[in-house]
Amino acid sequence: MTIAPRIPDPKKLIKGATGDWEVVIGMEVHAQVTSRSKLFSGASAAYGGAPNSHVSLVDAAMPGMLPVINEECIAQAVRTGLGLKAAINEVSVFDRKNYFYPDLPQGYQISQYKQPIVGEGVVTVDLPDGISIEVGIERLHLEQDAGKSIHDQHPTMSFVDLNRSGVALMEIVSKPDLRSSEEAKAYLSKLRTILRYLGTCDGNMEEGSLRADINVSVRRPGEPLGTRCEIKNVNSIRFAGQAIEYEARRQIGILEDGGVIDQETRLYDPGKGETRSMRSKEEAHDYRYFPDPDLLPLVLDPAWIEGLKAHLPELPDEKKARFIADYGVTPYDAMVLTLERASADYFEQVAKGRDGKAAANFMINELFGRLNKDGRSIEDSPVSADQLGAIVDLIRDGTISGKIAKDLFEIVYTEGGDPRDLVESRGLKQVTDTGAIEKAVDDVIAANPDKVAQAKAKPTLAGWFVGQVMKATGGKANPQAVNDIVKAKLGIE
Amino acid sequence: MTDLTDLTLAEARDGLKARDFTAVDLTKAYVAAVEAARDLNAYIVETPEKALAMAAASDERIARGEARPLEGIPLGIKDLFATEGVHTQACSHVLDRFLPPYESTVTANLWADGAVMLGKLNMDEFAMGSSNETSYYGPVTNPWRKRGSNARLVPGGSSGGSAAAVAARICLGATATDTGGSIRQPAAFTGTVGIKPTYGRCSRWGIVAFASSLDQAGPIARDVRDTAILLKSMASVDPKDTTSVDLPVPDYEAAVGRSVKGLKIGIPREYRLDGMPAEIDALWQKGIDILRDAGAEIVEISLPHTKYALPAYYIVAPAEASSNLARYDGVRYGLREKGEDIVDLYETTRAAGFGAEVKRRILIGTYVLSAGYYDAYYLRAQKVRTLIKKDFETVYADGVDAILTPATPSSAFGIGEKAGADPVEMYLNDVFTVTVNMAGLPGIAVPAGLSADGLPLGLQLIGRPFDEETLFTLGAAIEQAAGTVSAERWW
Repeated sequence: MTIAPRIPDPKKLIKGATGDWEVVIGMEVHAQVTSRSKLFSGASAAYGGAPNSHVSLVDAAMPGMLPVINEECIAQAVRTGLGLKAAINEVSVFDRKNYFYPDLPQGYQISQYKQPIVGEGVVTVDLPDGISIEVGIERLHLEQDAGKSIHDQHPTMSFVDLNRSGVALMEIVSKPDLRSSEEAKAYLSKLRTILRYLGTCDGNMEEGSLRADINVSVRRPGEPLGTRCEIKNVNSIRFAGQAIEYEARRQIGILEDGGVIDQETRLYDPGKGETRSMRSKEEAHDYRYFPDPDLLPLVLDPAWIEGLKAHLPELPDEKKARFIADYGVTPYDAMVLTLERASADYFEQVAKGRDGKAAANFMINELFGRLNKDGRSIEDSPVSADQLGAIVDLIRDGTISGKIAKDLFEIVYTEGGDPRDLVESRGLKQVTDTGAIEKAVDDVIAANPDKVAQAKAKPTLAGWFVGQVMKATGGKANPQAVNDIVKAKLGIE
Repeated sequence: MTDLTDLTLAEARDGLKARDFTAVDLTKAYVAAVEAARDLNAYIVETPEKALAMAAASDERIARGEARPLEGIPLGIKDLFATEGVHTQACSHVLDRFLPPYESTVTANLWADGAVMLGKLNMDEFAMGSSNETSYYGPVTNPWRKRGSNARLVPGGSSGGSAAAVAARICLGATATDTGGSIRQPAAFTGTVGIKPTYGRCSRWGIVAFASSLDQAGPIARDVRDTAILLKSMASVDPKDTTSVDLPVPDYEAAVGRSVKGLKIGIPREYRLDGMPAEIDALWQKGIDILRDAGAEIVEISLPHTKYALPAYYIVAPAEASSNLARYDGVRYGLREKGEDIVDLYETTRAAGFGAEVKRRILIGTYVLSAGYYDAYYLRAQKVRTLIKKDFETVYADGVDAILTPATPSSAFGIGEKAGADPVEMYLNDVFTVTVNMAGLPGIAVPAGLSADGLPLGLQLIGRPFDEETLFTLGAAIEQAAGTVSAERWW
């Protein structure tokens, strides 16, 4: 694996009117912790539900209510920290972040400010060009989600749904180590993969389980960091890319016109494809953070942390390395196969006792393509790993050609059935009987004397004959045998 | 039969057990006494039907021989404690008509032990005050009056209703809370006994929060034994309050009457204030003499950071309060004033809902937590707090078992007397008590005599963490020597 050093890469610079610019990106990703109940109450943390049906007295901030830490949420944050190869802080503190908002019943959010539960870590991000970069993690802290204000239910009033109030979030803060929208998207995607492997966040961006605040600034290559703007609450990887592209160009435009960037919070409007100002630095809240006196400092037992570490699942980077080493797949294929834990498991089931490369090729080219077309996930694949393995075996032992394999796959995908039986019942078996092939070759040669003459002058035209023979045999002839016989009959090498 | 309301809690308990009278008899006597004492304004809500129903149930249990520790004992509950379906407003306008669908852990413990609820007691709004004059429901009158005077005096605060009700014998005991002295100062002003236990001894769940790191519930009762009996029932570890502590609750009553021989009592020189009234100094000396005569060893000690305690307290407590009171925004419950938009709704609701003292503390607290001031105020105050705690740890490590101080710098003052004054003058009432909250220690106030004009004066004993037993032992020794005092009924 090649880790690219973080020096300005000419390929990633943005061309402005007055020269090149480098974009610098850092992210604060809010990931909803996968847990049955909320961070400080026993109410359900499940998505959806009738408004205000998952609300405890604590979530509604009734007088005299007190938060009690949900140990599972703590474990999930520690697992995530371990997955990000980060330092776990044995002592961390919950603070109150004070501000007024109708969907914030307490008048403060319980968060972690000065002493987060997880410290510095690193994420290795694979880029499409085969290069990998390391993105530093600054910290991870736990905090409560807010409720939801609903403005479209009444002519003069707003409604509040507190179902999400108090749900545990992990805020994962990266260092400003990203240098293009591509890198930013790849980072988000990798982070999502890691969280899903760990089972600590379902990564469902449509439901808001994963959303990003993106800090963007631009500078001339080699110069100090520019003034940044923060794009709030981006809830899709595609939008993240678009928002960064727009924002970088907006800032470059201002700077090239001799202006200065105002440090501010902005929102991305996917409809218009632009970011717009939400509030300036001067309008920023004074959150009056202070340690929450209702909660004692959180002290973790090192043995407990070790226990969690011992039970961590194999993570995408390790799995990828193992696939390359054990199955001989290319780094790119290994990356694609390990994007989802379910895909990786499927692959291993197919590759077991078979040629890993062949299994990987068939999965990536046929299965993934077909699933994508239908918008299905690997978990809903109509073709099981055993069925797919059988198809790979049929190619391998020469029973069917690669071309037929595609047809067979489509039949299995749409109709189901045992691939071996289907080959028999549908007559898909490859013709390896040289007599039959010779007959077919003879027929084609006899019918095309002009092409024969041309082929003798230009031997690559043999391919045309092979194609005709395959057509004549309905694709069932063994392509290698056809090739050999065509060449022999034409007398070319 | 004598007036049942003249019995102490322990006597009433024993009388019920002996079937000298029924729980319903006892409760009826209290319901009548409560009604007759409305002029004091100690109760803001009376719950006679509930009380009689609970008493009837107690009589059945007594008849079955299943009496629990507080079976049939009528109590008053400070309005800060959530009582299911019963008025709970921390005596604030902002919580108008709020009826909690839940019961605080402390009161639930009391009902589980058989106690009977007479009603909700007046208090300073959100427990902020030292005279019970900040209540939305008006001031409470102290049952005590100066000799030869009809002038109404304050009962102290914030648990003024609790202390006045106990002193007026309109409950056998009362729940109270103490953030900076709110149990001990009113106890001292009314000739009653009040203990603020160690932080974490009683659950805070269901108690309207003022300053979470300082708030602690405790009882006020007529004598040391009664106070010990009540604390035993109130205290518990609670999974719903992670600052509560999982230690067994001792039989505090057994500590009453134990010998004080050999106990080492510290007398902190820093508590001898300039300009302290001579009678307070004399009272302190009386306490020292009583304990020495009973066999305790008296040693002078130093608690050098005492003088910083009050200013630090008035940073930490308002800071926490400013955040704790943010939830009273008119959105979900309580008062809601009209507003043009959400910010206007917050502003009109909070402007109308909070009284002047509460607003003052919210503003102070917001200020000391603000960017640029946090380090200079809040952080420094927390450092002072650590130093105060260390002062106590040092003397306890040197073998001191408890510390004796005056409970208050004066006796009860007149209603309205300090109303126009600098608020700091009112804050000075807590000068002897706040250190105990800052250090999380237990402190008990016991009456030790009367002032020249016939008002009760109290002494404070400060103990080691979770050593309330020693405080009950020492408090009982002072009580035995000084005698209990009771207000003459004039209302």
